[in-house]
Amino acid sequence: MGKTLFDKIWDGHIVASKPGFPDAVYINTHFIHEVTSPQAFDGLRKRNIPVFRPAKTRATADHNVPTLEQHLPIKEALSRKQVEMLTKNTTEFGVELYGLGHPYQGIVHVIGPELGITLPGMTIVCGDSHTSTHGAFGTVAFGIGTSEVEQVLATQCILQYKPKRMKIEVNGQLKKGVLSKDIILYIIAQISASGATGYFVEYAGEAIRSLSMEARMTICNMSIEMGARGGLIAPDVTTFEYIKGREFAPKGADWDKALAFWETLQTDEDAEFDKVLTFDAADIEPQITYGTNPGMGIGVTQHIPSLGEIDDKERPSFSKSLQYMDLEPGSQLLGKKVDYVFIGSCTNSRIEDLRMVAEFVKGKRKADDVTVWIVPGSKQVEAQAIAEGIDKVFEAAGFQLRQPGCSACLAMNEDKIPAGKYCIATSNRNFEGRQGPNARTFLASPLTAAAAAITGNVTDVRNMI
Amino acid sequence: MDKKFSNLVSTVVPLPIENIDTDQIIPARFLKATTRDGFGENLFRDWRFDDQQTPKKDFVLNNPLYKGRVLVAGKNFGCGSSREHAAWALGDYGFKVVVSSFFADIFKNNALNNFILPIQVSDDFLQKIFAAVEKDPTAEVEVNLEEQFIRIVNSGEKETFDINAYKKTCLLNGYDDIDYLLSLSKEVAAYETTRPFNF
Repeated sequence: MGKTLFDKIWDGHIVASKPGFPDAVYINTHFIHEVTSPQAFDGLRKRNIPVFRPAKTRATADHNVPTLEQHLPIKEALSRKQVEMLTKNTTEFGVELYGLGHPYQGIVHVIGPELGITLPGMTIVCGDSHTSTHGAFGTVAFGIGTSEVEQVLATQCILQYKPKRMKIEVNGQLKKGVLSKDIILYIIAQISASGATGYFVEYAGEAIRSLSMEARMTICNMSIEMGARGGLIAPDVTTFEYIKGREFAPKGADWDKALAFWETLQTDEDAEFDKVLTFDAADIEPQITYGTNPGMGIGVTQHIPSLGEIDDKERPSFSKSLQYMDLEPGSQLLGKKVDYVFIGSCTNSRIEDLRMVAEFVKGKRKADDVTVWIVPGSKQVEAQAIAEGIDKVFEAAGFQLRQPGCSACLAMNEDKIPAGKYCIATSNRNFEGRQGPNARTFLASPLTAAAAAITGNVTDVRNMI
Repeated sequence: MDKKFSNLVSTVVPLPIENIDTDQIIPARFLKATTRDGFGENLFRDWRFDDQQTPKKDFVLNNPLYKGRVLVAGKNFGCGSSREHAAWALGDYGFKVVVSSFFADIFKNNALNNFILPIQVSDDFLQKIFAAVEKDPTAEVEVNLEEQFIRIVNSGEKETFDINAYKKTCLLNGYDDIDYLLSLSKEVAAYETTRPFNF
């Protein structure tokens, strides 16, 4: 029987598989950032051991960094200390750091791919659940905890039980105004925030195949929001063209050899999955979430479920969620006033996202009472946006282009949404307090977010394009 | 952190909410420490305290009737962010066991790596625990890791749970994964020689 792509990569990285033990899996690339690594380095010090393969770990500062005036010292003492600790640890242990001010700095899941560090066939881990993003290149990439960060620093391996395999096929073609973000929000709404727990997902089908690398990264990024360990897409010409020529990508004869291997990275036709789900792209309209987990989403023109549509057992959690959001069961979000628009995060902060938003807002102006933050995913995205004149388009529209970082995705830096305010965000989580204590989040695509920036309300972007 | 898990009998803290994500367990703004200690005081911070930092009376951790080393929560506990700080906060607060009808994968690993036992029970049994505690907040559960069961002491109702043999050994003996991985250094070096590229 054939093998899935996930099996091929996983099995090809097993260093030891002893009876009664989980697999010891070799890790090709380990990304670290300031929040989940300090205690891991401390652990190495306590054991008096070095980083085993320092060249296979890359570091950047992203979660804590301010997105304005990055040339100044970080104002908040604890954030500053954590970022300084990363510099100290990477220097002491010989790990490459793209820190604040470095031309490669940015959100860890944006810089890996754009620098050509993320390559097909790799195993990739990071102390961040959105590591699944890198799966867009045909990698086995997943988020880990700090104890596991320490394992990888110490041994370049991780101890894991192999997840089950799921295939999610999206057939047909997307309709106008529907983006990859809508595909993944739709899937999560269909199968719930725990619908893929215990699985590693392969995304397939015509609608996935036709997406750019940036759009594929958005899909794989949110695999964790349905509980999946990770999600991947088999590499193809789109993948190879994206990688070719990037800073750390193989060159010359190495490129040819690598390409020959990458072209084998496909799921065999007779391979079996533990679960297969199939969706039709034509059923998907622009999506928006109304609740406090990413599975609580609807089409932008649809109504929030009424209490009667919710299972008895789930009703208390559903009601608690709507109470937090101050929304009525059965009501529509269309026309709901928003206070903030956040376009950024490891889900949607790449150059393609910014270009698409710029093209849409060109010649338009934001609604008066809306604050709009555009936060590029990396210094390179920022530089490219400026080189292309996109910054001027945003300025004319009244949008603020800020500097790279995780920003308002997670309220641990200075960018927070005030209590009680509504923010339409291109990020990945609408949990209570995620964007700031008592802040309320609607997750949506960059186009749906941009449309709300212009009208000041939740809007069906299809009527504006 | 106690590097060993011992069997226990304890009262429980019921939290019958589904999809409790790690941002609720420990909000991101409290992730700035560079050690593993002290996260307990911010466990469930925004559910425990209002914006004036006054304890919210209706939250279970502020209710003197409920205490204990066992947290019992609704399904899909620990979803969201991979932050191990969630496990550190639960452990630092004093929890040794979390019971739910479903756990998110990363949280489960993080808990086990910190010698906190996540026990997945049937939805039925979860409701039985909630009912027992609602009736009598002093109701206790017995957790036995060697024999892999959890029992409601008053009623004697009991359910077995799964845990993989390796993690069970680690918990009972205080071993961690790095001890084992470091013992594989020869295998790792041998593996590396078989791979011309880093993928």
